[in-house]
Amino acid sequence: MASIEAPARSRSSSAVKRAFERYPFLPALIILVVLIALNGWFQPRSVSLVGMTGQIKTYLALMLLAVAQTYVIYAGDIDLSAGAIVSLVNVVIVGVMGQWGGDGVTIFVALAIGLATGLVCGIVNGLVVAALRLQAIVATFATSIFFTGLALYIQPVAGTPAPTAFWRTYGGRIFEIPFVFYMAVLFAILLVVLVRTRLSLRLLAVGDGQQEAFQSGLPVTRIRMGGYALCGVFAALAAFCITGDTASGDPLVGGKMTLFSIAAVVLGGSALAGGYGTVVGSVIGALIIGFINSLVFFVGTPSEWQNLVQGAAILLALMTGVLVGRRARA
Amino acid sequence: MSTVTTFLRQPLVVALILIAALLWLGETLSPGFASGQQILRLLIVAALLGIVAAGQNLVILGGREGIDLSVGGVVSLSAIIAGNLMAGENGGISLAILACILTGAFFGLINGIGVTLLRIPPLVMTLGMLGVLQGLLVVVRQGIPSGRAAPALADFVSRDFLLGLPGILWLWVAIGLVMAFLLSRTVFGHRIYAIGSNEQAAFMAGVPVKVIRIALFVLSGVFAAIAGICLLGYSGSSFANVGEQYMLASIIAVVFGGTPLSGGKGGYTGTMAGAFLLVILQSILTTVNIDESGRQMVFGATLLVLMLFYGRGRSMRA
Repeated sequence: MASIEAPARSRSSSAVKRAFERYPFLPALIILVVLIALNGWFQPRSVSLVGMTGQIKTYLALMLLAVAQTYVIYAGDIDLSAGAIVSLVNVVIVGVMGQWGGDGVTIFVALAIGLATGLVCGIVNGLVVAALRLQAIVATFATSIFFTGLALYIQPVAGTPAPTAFWRTYGGRIFEIPFVFYMAVLFAILLVVLVRTRLSLRLLAVGDGQQEAFQSGLPVTRIRMGGYALCGVFAALAAFCITGDTASGDPLVGGKMTLFSIAAVVLGGSALAGGYGTVVGSVIGALIIGFINSLVFFVGTPSEWQNLVQGAAILLALMTGVLVGRRARA
Repeated sequence: MSTVTTFLRQPLVVALILIAALLWLGETLSPGFASGQQILRLLIVAALLGIVAAGQNLVILGGREGIDLSVGGVVSLSAIIAGNLMAGENGGISLAILACILTGAFFGLINGIGVTLLRIPPLVMTLGMLGVLQGLLVVVRQGIPSGRAAPALADFVSRDFLLGLPGILWLWVAIGLVMAFLLSRTVFGHRIYAIGSNEQAAFMAGVPVKVIRIALFVLSGVFAAIAGICLLGYSGSSFANVGEQYMLASIIAVVFGGTPLSGGKGGYTGTMAGAFLLVILQSILTTVNIDESGRQMVFGATLLVLMLFYGRGRSMRA
């Protein structure tokens, strides 16, 4: 009997192992489902369509920034300036929209300029980290100071309003469906397309081993720069969302998001050392942070304790994710 | 020729040359910048940063992506605890110091356990810890009046203590000597370099890798706590997130001092120079009459330029 049972068990456990190998974000997904269930338990309205829309509207920016960070982390690099790029793009687009009247056309022009700004910032990061070979943590910290300075130069204080047409659209509905859902779908399509591009694969190859990647003929410097450029573009998209959500320009709006974006990537099961990971995991990681924040609110934590409980819960989720992932793969 | 170039490429030498150049620049831009009194003031500020950077230096030397992002939180918390326990009275000093050091050691211990036993990347573990500490700061500040430094502590940090130098500089020199001795003359020090350059080999050679790594995080917490106490003495009273600025500044001081983030080589003497260099740079930017945004842009760009002098990564072709 035992001889029949033993292989059966090992087969099923190896199936679990394979699933975890194929989808490194599974532990995060489990944590997310538990969190959503807990949110629903304490505040039934939070799992309704309205509740979910609010959640997505608030955390779409963080999801995008987590994805931005993922492309850099794929290659084993890191971008501490991601939040500063969000701030910079935010004040740039609000500034351009304000300058030119804020109707439909100028909004699109402003968004194009915003995307270009994000791209340029990403390329600057790529230049200093990959081409000049400075240490990523310190170099992107330095560029983050520079970008923040630039944002403060463009708009010294927070509060310049974004045009009504812009935030009305972002917060509104088209054909009875909230606008953010269209954004989320567009975002998902964009990610699927990017997963199939060569750049994602090459970034992962570089993260797996730079020297080996170089010796097998990959243009390592260019690939790493590509990762930073992509990061800049996604940071700009994150800035669009946060501008739609807050309806104003604020030169420091993204600062606190950098560290959350890194936490989201790790929560999503990607390796900080590079070489493996998924953007889906990072999106889930960002949602976990969002649902932790709302859960802490829903269980009625006294306001002065909320930050502490949030911080501890995120740390706990990080530990659980790392442990579950390792146990399952081992 | 080659010995001269090798000498000039030493990070400590680079840092000292840059320090001299920046002092000269500061004096040119604003006469009196490099006067004895001013340099003394800059050294006090550098000592605060340098003490935090001592712990950061140890964690980074231990390798495996070692880094401690939670130091800023520990500095803030320690300053608040010290302020509340002293409440402006000299009698509370010893209790305050003890409480702060235990607090720093406690959070360092948790960081170390998370990194070694749960094998969470240090960046992530200490980042999560920073979130917890920031939350804790909000709780501690609530309802408790923010404390004040004991007069003796304030004197220790800013006033003449011995031979015309304030006590904090003597403390910094002592820490420098202890670190130099620790790193070059003790088994513990050699083991730090061993695990920093090749953890696997060190483990095979019988080095208790986990114990040492935990100890490094504990020491980082303790140094941050000591800096928090001194910071309270410097500013007189504790206020919100006063230590936040030390998180990345301490890492930059270590890098400017010639310890690469990959670990395994470098030392604290360079870090001391790195801390001083960073403080002079910040001070020059405060002296120059440009607004906050320009200051930040110049500061960020200067950091990048200075980094070109320090241990850049290897070229793939080399």
